[in-house]
Amino acid sequence: MSRTKYLIIGSSHAGLSAAEAIRLYDQDGALTMISAEKAYPYSPTILPYVVSGKVHEDRIFLRDQAWFDKRNIRFLNGATVTGVHAEKKSVSLESGREMSYEKLLIATGAEPELPPVAGLKECPHYKLRTVDDAINIRGALKKGGSAIVLGGGLIGMHAAENMARAGLKVTVVEMLRQVLPGYFDPQAAGLIQKVFTENGVKILTGNPATNVTSAHGACAVSLRNGLDLSAHVLLVAAGVRPRISFLAGSPVGTDAGILVDERMRTSAQDIWAAGDVAQAGSFLGPEKILNGIVPDAVEQGRIAGMDMAGDPSLKPYSGGIAMNTYSFFGNRSFSVGLSLAEASEEDLEVDTIYSPAGLKYQKLVFREDRLIGASAINAALDPGVICQTIRRKVQMGEMKRGFAASPLEYGRLFMSRLWR
Amino acid sequence: MGKSYHTIAFYPERCDGCGDCVKACSRAKSGTQDPVHSRIQVARDPGGASFGLALCRQCGEPQCVMNCPAGALKKDEETGIVRLDDTNCVGCHLCTLACGYGGITYNSETGQLMKCDMCGGDPVCVKSCRAGALELKTGADLYNAWGDYEDLFVPGISACLGCNSELLIRHTLRRVGPNTVVATPPGCIAGVGAVGYNGLTATKTPVFHPLLTNTASMLAGARRYYNRIGRDVTMLAFAGDGGAADVGFQSLSGAAERGEQMIFICVDNEGYMNTGVQRSSTTPFGAWTSTTPVGTVLRGKTRDAKPLPVIMMMHNCEYVATASTAFMQDYYEKLEKAIIAAKRGMAYIHVFSPCPTGWRFLPSQLIEVGRKAVESNMVPLWEYDHRESRLRFTHPVQNPLPVTQYLRLIGKYRHLSQEQIDRIQKVAEAGIRMLRHFSDEKDERSAAV
Ligand SMILES: Cc1cc2nc3c(=O)[nH]c(=O)nc-3n(C[C@H](O)[C@H](O)[C@H](O)COP(=O)(O)OP(=O)(O)OC[C@H]3O[C@@H](n4cnc5c(N)ncnc54)[C@H](O)[C@@H]3O)c2cc1C
Repeated sequence: MSRTKYLIIGSSHAGLSAAEAIRLYDQDGALTMISAEKAYPYSPTILPYVVSGKVHEDRIFLRDQAWFDKRNIRFLNGATVTGVHAEKKSVSLESGREMSYEKLLIATGAEPELPPVAGLKECPHYKLRTVDDAINIRGALKKGGSAIVLGGGLIGMHAAENMARAGLKVTVVEMLRQVLPGYFDPQAAGLIQKVFTENGVKILTGNPATNVTSAHGACAVSLRNGLDLSAHVLLVAAGVRPRISFLAGSPVGTDAGILVDERMRTSAQDIWAAGDVAQAGSFLGPEKILNGIVPDAVEQGRIAGMDMAGDPSLKPYSGGIAMNTYSFFGNRSFSVGLSLAEASEEDLEVDTIYSPAGLKYQKLVFREDRLIGASAINAALDPGVICQTIRRKVQMGEMKRGFAASPLEYGRLFMSRLWR
Repeated sequence: MGKSYHTIAFYPERCDGCGDCVKACSRAKSGTQDPVHSRIQVARDPGGASFGLALCRQCGEPQCVMNCPAGALKKDEETGIVRLDDTNCVGCHLCTLACGYGGITYNSETGQLMKCDMCGGDPVCVKSCRAGALELKTGADLYNAWGDYEDLFVPGISACLGCNSELLIRHTLRRVGPNTVVATPPGCIAGVGAVGYNGLTATKTPVFHPLLTNTASMLAGARRYYNRIGRDVTMLAFAGDGGAADVGFQSLSGAAERGEQMIFICVDNEGYMNTGVQRSSTTPFGAWTSTTPVGTVLRGKTRDAKPLPVIMMMHNCEYVATASTAFMQDYYEKLEKAIIAAKRGMAYIHVFSPCPTGWRFLPSQLIEVGRKAVESNMVPLWEYDHRESRLRFTHPVQNPLPVTQYLRLIGKYRHLSQEQIDRIQKVAEAGIRMLRHFSDEKDERSAAV
């Protein structure tokens, strides 16, 4: 059995961030990273751009061998972990090998979830989480025709745009009443939907798919309202779920994901979890949440790595915030924190700029004199500064009005005073 | 790893908001003066009186790099410059969300992201800044600048392992300089050898050993003598909390009230550490000392610490500041101001000085204890300038750590009950609230805690 001090399963954002944090504090302890895929680390977030051809799959890697060598990190790719034995402090690999660790980080991310739609499992469909998935979809696009995208979240919308640009007739099916829920309110989502419609993408909201069948190289999808659709390509992008199946029988406590505390420790001794696989505290509420985004994977990975190495400068996790940037058909948007709150909601104040003609939108949500949410389309703002304004709970006092009027300038002012 | 890189340092107090840096950057990057192309942006406050800067910090652990899914951002290990490779960038903009400094921005003309590349090492913005608000620096420059001052203290010192007195004495004397008379009353600073042995002093300046009670009056007398003969000599006291807050208080209070010209540094280790760890008036509530023992009835000190820095502020001293050796740059900036203020009257600096021996923590944890004290608001860092009648937080803490994160590092707090901890938490919060009353509420509310 081979041994290592630190073992990291998964070498994407969370795993890499943890490895960097460990090496900042402990340059010598044996560190091994295992990745299921036979490739250097890459980010699932790059995949829509592999589909569109904006980048070639040879150019997507986040690290090369020299990076691992320089940091004295052993990188085992093409190796899948099939079991974790907390009592023996070891993991077993698909190859039958076993490896023992002193400290283990699980950063295995998430995988696409199949929604409970009758017939979906049996019907050939595409999903997007790995490079191979992306290459498959790219291949399908070359054939042209039509496509149905199940799910109007970020991944679905990205894919829909790519397909439309490739000349396919695309329909997006979203069971909620709006696309991009969680990031934008119905008004902002409406603006985005309009752009898609103008670019030939049909968006059907408020009706879930109930049944899927395949026939003659096409698939037929029925919606709850009775509508029947059919297309050559079916892409399922209806959410993700943490990759935890290999933990069956281990003492690592799970809910929807692996439950972790504010240092990313799991319920099992010497085992940490971070990134899409983890279910951690929320910034805005007491519950533990799945927050499958790159910034959180990086932050959680860093905290886990620091704690594994015993770095005393660790500051506990302050909780996940929903956030993202999103570009569509040449427009930019971003969202941080609460996007849905209506002014009617008690103790919240909302400030909205809505200009459909100029395709501009900006919504700021305040609790007393603190910002707790911001979402915008084509607004000149520093998303990161806005994010820090929320995370640092900046009490704006009398400057709140000024901030609401010019958040770019005032955000930079807070930055200059408070965290430069 | 561990390399020291160039960065562009910004001195807001020198900036007049002229915008030359913005124009220079635009010109260098696009050939026009259109600010849309500038990688550096000046933020001004509504009153137009102070300025901030949105510019890439070339961070040591750049969040933009860690968040980039395309491998398009890299920190160059040779130069430290964080580079954006346009050919790999897919335009997802996640870096703009990860950067909290407005260091990567969207250029609406080109439709691309842009960031500072330091002009390859010779930034045009720095050259264009006539006010001297931008300087090209390395971390080592700062260190070297301090190192360039003469070391006025003997090599070797007989302090306990992990004591911060050496750090404090050496740096203070370096900056205050040789044209100084030093007074070290009984206490750890004298005890570690500052007054010297066998007729030899430990400093390259005159140093004397006043009584615990009369440090400030003796320095006042010395300064008046020099004033009479027309020489401008700096008077510097290193007194412990006993020599400042307790036994030495009446002479200190008197000298402050009379506006005697000196720098009076209180090295506050929260008790009489070199005589056997007895309590003083600055020992915090709940702390174990040999005179506030922990038994079945008594559980450490029963009274709160006396807020001496605030008391000195109320004396209308020219300058009052709190400091910590865990925040050396902050301390240096305060020393600079104290040197000038001491030409007009009293400059008082209260230096938080954790004591591994008397407080029971590992010598290796000195700086960590100092840091956590500040980050939990147990020891807020601030300064007060009499001419502005205004207190300013120099290291505002937005999300203070719970005091337990500080307390648990230290043995003298090991016995604390939850009620005692709650009280210490309350005292810390009340302390900040009180200080905020002295800060300029209108502008500084957000800069306060
Ligand atoms: C198409 C798409 C677009 C996205 N767009 C965005 C976006 O715009 N913004 C954003 O913030 N986020 C986006 N995301 C989400 C983002 O990619 C994830 O949040 C992030 O990658 C999570 O990082 P991670 O390290 O936790 O897990 P992952 O990136 O999922 O990596 C997990 C790694 O672990 C490996 N692994 C899993 N199981 C095992 C095992 N048993 N043994 C060995 N190795 C294993 C996998 O091979 C994988 O390499 C997108 C995701 C997708 C799929």
